[in-house]
Amino acid sequence: MTAIQHISTSRRIKDRVVQGLVYLAFALAVVPLVSVLWLVISNGMSRFDVEFLTHSMNGIGARDVGGGAYHAIVGTLEQVLLASVISVPIGLFTAIYLVEYGNNGRLSRAISFFVDVMTGVPSVVAGLFVLAFWILFLGFSYSGWAGALALSILMMPTVVRSAEEMLRLVPVDLREASYALGVPKWRTILRVVLPTAFTGIVTGVMLAVARVAGETAPLLMTVFFTNSINNDPFTGPQMGLPLFVFDQAARPNDTAVDRAWTGALTLILIVMLLNLVARLIAWWRSPARGR
Amino acid sequence: MSKQIQVSGLDAYYGSHKAIEDVSMTIEPRSITAFIGPSGCGKSTFLRTLNRMHEVIPGARVDGKVLLDGEDLYAGTVEPVSVRRMIGMVFQRPNPFPTMSIYENVAAGLRLNGRVSKAQTDAIVEESLKGANLWNEVKDRLNKPGAGLSGGQQQRLCIARAIAVKPQVLLMDEPCSALDPISTLAIEDLMAKLKDEFTIVIVTHNMQQAARVSDRTAFFNLAEQGKPGKVIEMDETSRMFTNPSEKATEDYITGRFG
Ligand SMILES: Nc1ncnc2c1ncn2[C@@H]1O[C@H](COP(=O)(O)OP(=O)(O)OP(=O)(O)O)[C@@H](O)[C@H]1O
Ligand SMILES: [Mg+2]
Repeated sequence: MTAIQHISTSRRIKDRVVQGLVYLAFALAVVPLVSVLWLVISNGMSRFDVEFLTHSMNGIGARDVGGGAYHAIVGTLEQVLLASVISVPIGLFTAIYLVEYGNNGRLSRAISFFVDVMTGVPSVVAGLFVLAFWILFLGFSYSGWAGALALSILMMPTVVRSAEEMLRLVPVDLREASYALGVPKWRTILRVVLPTAFTGIVTGVMLAVARVAGETAPLLMTVFFTNSINNDPFTGPQMGLPLFVFDQAARPNDTAVDRAWTGALTLILIVMLLNLVARLIAWWRSPARGR
Repeated sequence: MSKQIQVSGLDAYYGSHKAIEDVSMTIEPRSITAFIGPSGCGKSTFLRTLNRMHEVIPGARVDGKVLLDGEDLYAGTVEPVSVRRMIGMVFQRPNPFPTMSIYENVAAGLRLNGRVSKAQTDAIVEESLKGANLWNEVKDRLNKPGAGLSGGQQQRLCIARAIAVKPQVLLMDEPCSALDPISTLAIEDLMAKLKDEFTIVIVTHNMQQAARVSDRTAFFNLAEQGKPGKVIEMDETSRMFTNPSEKATEDYITGRFG
């Protein structure tokens, strides 16, 4: 028989101290985030206007006010979309192979290893690779497509890893329930496993998109640079929002620096908007909706 | 629509671990056969060899013969998928598809296997839910998620899903172990009803349940600790529970085991 014990004073103090430390750590983590947001919003608002969203920098002189990032917004959207079109299917199929067919064999361990290596590739290296291989070796010109290639190298490992994790979370019970109904494996994956993991996979893809949307270095070497609108990602130099920010911020005029802040704000908004869309898709597909 | 199963000399392995050894038995059509025995003696393993679900587990394999009305399910050219269409299964834990509604869950086997018209599907869904004694409880919310039902209802949903594809045999692995007495009774009534159409095999830890519902009972046990499981005895349920020929069976049934 032991008596009911009361929480000792020293434990209560420890509890308080640790609680305080956790709050402190949280505050420290939030400070940079909030201050960055605040800086970008307060500095970016001044030029966040219709002209900025609808005009390019074509014919805008060094000291002129006005001008905009339309060409960069179009470029970023196209490049990120193309990069997703390349890397999402490949990443998803790789993840499906690893989880459903690999059985942890030699090939799947090798793939896993290379995905890890790819995760560690610095973005400059991805850009350099496309520059060396696609542009210098194969002789294609600078284009949005070349930029998308570089971005897809960065996206792929993120997509593979997050999709793999989500697929592994799908209970074996569900797969077995489907097999027991006489459903073939590929159909089980398509109709049971993927829909169950769908929300998580969408979130993972969005994280990957957010990661590459702000990449500057690989674009610098692949899409080159332009001040005018180029809607065709397959021919000729394009622009991207990170490049736009990089370029404008380096100019000596306040008007240019203002444009850089607004470009950064636009980039953040685009990523947030994409996230929102992804959430909506996930919500719309989630089983809880009907309840 | 109901077939006989004959098993002879069946061994099942998980990698190098032999889980059951030399099992032979005949499972009669239009009857309920119960498997009883202590935990870990290979009842689930054996059940899963009957519809080729065992080999789904990486490294698992089977030796021996399983004949469904004389046709060997393990013959080299047999498509495991078609075996599973003929021999349905209900699992210990209810496992409705979480992304699907009640209706879609029941229709899953039909839809996932090919094209069926909407009217046909409607009819089969209603018939299966009625067959599983669930229709009255869910008929007003067929489009709500299957995961939103109670455990007992989910299990009956899984039974409806299994019978919707019209299998010839229905395997049930402890279908009532997570259920309250009323749901258990509902499922037992259901089995009694289903046995007119299907060959039913049920694994259970509940002696009363085996005695109540089954026509024949097989007692599984390990020969000794660390050895593979075996069938110790199989007979008419009434004989098994009143006058078993093996001492071990009697000890197990009367609770004097181990
Ligand atoms: N997936 C698996 N991998 C490896 N060994 C397994 C696996 N499943 C079961 N086994 C082993 O096979 C043997 C038989 O297990 P099985 O699940 O068939 O027993 P059971 O009679 O159904 O037990 P219970 O009544 O507890 O459900 C056990 O020794 C178990 O450890
Ligand atoms: Mg079991």
